[in-house]
Amino acid sequence: MTGRNETVHTEGQKHAFEPKIIAFVCTWCTYAGADLAGTSRMQYPANVRVLKFPCTGRIDPVFILKAFQQGADGVLVSGCHPGDCHYIAGNFHARRRFAAFRKLLEFVGIDLGRLQFSWVSAAEGGKWVEMVTDLTERVRHMGPMQEFKELALEEQWSGVIDTPELKEVYNSI
Amino acid sequence: MSRIGVFICHCGENISRTVDVERVAAQVGTLPGVAFSTDYKYMCSDPGQGLLKKAIQEQRLSHVVVAACSPRMHEKTFRKAVESAGLNPFLCEMANIREHCSWVHEDREEATRKAIEIVGMMVERVKKNRVLPTITVPVTKRSLVIGGGIAGIQAALDIADCGHEVVLVEREPSIGGHMAQLSETFPTLDCSQCIMTPKMVDVANHPKIKLYTYAEIEHVEGYIGNFQVTVRKKARSVDEDKCTGCGVCMTKCPQKKIPNTFDRNLGMRPAIYVPFPQAVPNTPVIDRENCTKFKTGKCGVCQKVCGPGAVDYEQEDQLIVEPVGAIVVATGFDLYSIEEKPKGSPIKGYGEFGHGKIPDVIDGMTFERLASASGPTGGKILRPSDGREPKQIVFIQCVGSRAREKGISYCSKICCMYTAKHTMLYHHKVHDGQAYVFFMDARTPGKSYDEFWRRSIEEEEAVYIRGMVSRLYQKGDKIVVMGSDIAVGVQVEIEADMVVLATAVQPQKGADTLAQKLGISYDKYHFYSEAHAKLRPVECATAGIYLAGACQGPKDIPDTVSQASAAAAKVMTLFAKDKLEREPIVAKVREAGCVGCFYCQKVCPYGAVEEKEIRDRQGNLVKVVAYVNPGVCGGCGTCQATCPSKSVELDGYTDEQIVAMIEAL
Ligand code: SF4
Ligand code: SF4
Repeated sequence: MTGRNETVHTEGQKHAFEPKIIAFVCTWCTYAGADLAGTSRMQYPANVRVLKFPCTGRIDPVFILKAFQQGADGVLVSGCHPGDCHYIAGNFHARRRFAAFRKLLEFVGIDLGRLQFSWVSAAEGGKWVEMVTDLTERVRHMGPMQEFKELALEEQWSGVIDTPELKEVYNSI
Repeated sequence: MSRIGVFICHCGENISRTVDVERVAAQVGTLPGVAFSTDYKYMCSDPGQGLLKKAIQEQRLSHVVVAACSPRMHEKTFRKAVESAGLNPFLCEMANIREHCSWVHEDREEATRKAIEIVGMMVERVKKNRVLPTITVPVTKRSLVIGGGIAGIQAALDIADCGHEVVLVEREPSIGGHMAQLSETFPTLDCSQCIMTPKMVDVANHPKIKLYTYAEIEHVEGYIGNFQVTVRKKARSVDEDKCTGCGVCMTKCPQKKIPNTFDRNLGMRPAIYVPFPQAVPNTPVIDRENCTKFKTGKCGVCQKVCGPGAVDYEQEDQLIVEPVGAIVVATGFDLYSIEEKPKGSPIKGYGEFGHGKIPDVIDGMTFERLASASGPTGGKILRPSDGREPKQIVFIQCVGSRAREKGISYCSKICCMYTAKHTMLYHHKVHDGQAYVFFMDARTPGKSYDEFWRRSIEEEEAVYIRGMVSRLYQKGDKIVVMGSDIAVGVQVEIEADMVVLATAVQPQKGADTLAQKLGISYDKYHFYSEAHAKLRPVECATAGIYLAGACQGPKDIPDTVSQASAAAAKVMTLFAKDKLEREPIVAKVREAGCVGCFYCQKVCPYGAVEEKEIRDRQGNLVKVVAYVNPGVCGGCGTCQATCPSKSVELDGYTDEQIVAMIEAL
């Protein structure tokens, strides 16, 4: 993985590759934190699209897969700090779920550098900016997310049975 | 086919400066399903809302997207407007192109493209929005007030005077809080006890107030209008109904050498005690940790001397469940103590001011007890070490406060004023004494506050030295205070007889634990967070819970009382209705799909998932499925992400809606 601080993103500078970043955030903490970054007029790369959920507990890992499938190059999941959940404990469930999910993704061979989990409170506008900037930079270095597109291709190819051995096996099933 | 209307707001120039709003309107106007698309200078204004309503009616719109500021700002506004035009409010969504776009990007092209995408996402989402009926829940018109200091007392009295029942819970054996400990109050120098005790008595006598002292909040369940609060009434060892408050037990108790915390450990008290003579209720409590009977099994004197037989060593903690509709949190503050703090604490200690090591270095609250007529010295300013009157006294302000390196960056707000008051009290009592004050700034905004502060210098002869103390040590029976006077640029050294530290105001210990029980948020110092710093300063983000006093941030008495009355007014506003509308963002179970695994029940933080039996027409049990109680459901959606058969769905955040947004990317 490329170090996150190698290039500094300067406003207005054009890049060959602009990654698409999708952020799944909870309303109460991270969404509010991103709002605070706005009211404080902090600047960050325009690559991120925010999807609001009531709670990180609502975020189904399937959405993350779906996002990658739809061409996201990086995904960010963020909510209230543990202990600060607006819904008492939704983020604890989320944390456990994502811990397992990360392992699974790793196993499947997805570079975990593309997927970031962090806690950002409503008061942490600066942290939001830092996180989005870092992830954008990192993913920009990693290049476009190919794994899913390749998988999709493979899936199509496997539908064509063109060798005699395969045909034989196919017919015996 | 949907007929979506899209409204792009300029927000004056806040959005249009970086986002080409006309291009956004034109572009999204071409999306399938969009029937109408326009831009306007101020969508939230009266004409803006009028435009929206008119378009809904004239264009027969089925859904609405308003692209403007954050939904946290105006979602309610636009949903209301949509409703008044005859559409279900939940068919309206906001696209945030201000906080999340125009304010955070400079490049006009980038920002415009992003705005188009954001709006496009919301257009796809809103297509999947369904009509949601408003849910109404009944309101229990009783209120809980946590904390019996001046904030809690004021809130409780205001609510009770309006005719609603109040349950007041106080952790200490008596109500009164810190205000009961003060000597005189700024800026009028009236005696704190004299204005406080009548209010305490009012609370005790009020027919609508149920008072639990020596009690804590054990557990909170429910939601706005319908909380179930479990109160732990700690064992007092004295039967409150039988006790007449004669106080014989206290005079006869052989154990008399227990430091009196109410007097900041300057005086002593017995093991069976009331914290101070004016305590409400005037019922003693046995401090079991220090009582000989509880430690060794012997003694039992108080039981023998008690006429009405009120002393009960067997008494146990009681758990009482109180149904209430609203909660006022008024847990107040604590003072920062400057000793070294344990590793890992966000707040560091000073150590170097000798507090806790040099007996004549005291904090402001201890000085209050010395100055108080009902205090351990009867109102004489005397040194704790030898009982002598201090002739030179040094006050140090901002100890802990405004010291980022020590972990507290805020101003404690009250110290400038109470230090000025202390110099006056000192001057009134020790006529030949001299007071010095080390200070950074004097912050005295408030009615008659600056005049008060000036008086301490001009009439009461306090010497103010602008600068901080660098070192302080004991030399014989003197305390040498070294510091710099930055106004003059010289070093000063004062041989003081006593030093008073204006230590920082902090939230009460355990504020975080209580917040977790209540489900309210707090900042990094553990002060409770209001819903909006300017517009909703007494409400928590959690509906039905309100804040009063210093638990929300440092505050003086006038501010505390105002906030308490404001919180009470909010409670009364809530109680003015018999039924309450709540957001219909709740989970629903698709019974056909539910396999009855009840994973949802395990993860639900609100305990909203119940079991429901499905029977056929003959009454035979077919299966047991989950049922979400819409009154209890908090709307987090954890159940939905957990359900293996995808049989439970959160209205307003369905898979369909979210996938539609992702696919729009
Ligand atoms: S002696 Fe009995 S009645 Fe009197 S104060 Fe003590 S406990 Fe109450
Ligand atoms: S959405 Fe589900 S998990 Fe969350 S409170 Fe409602 S029933 Fe419980």
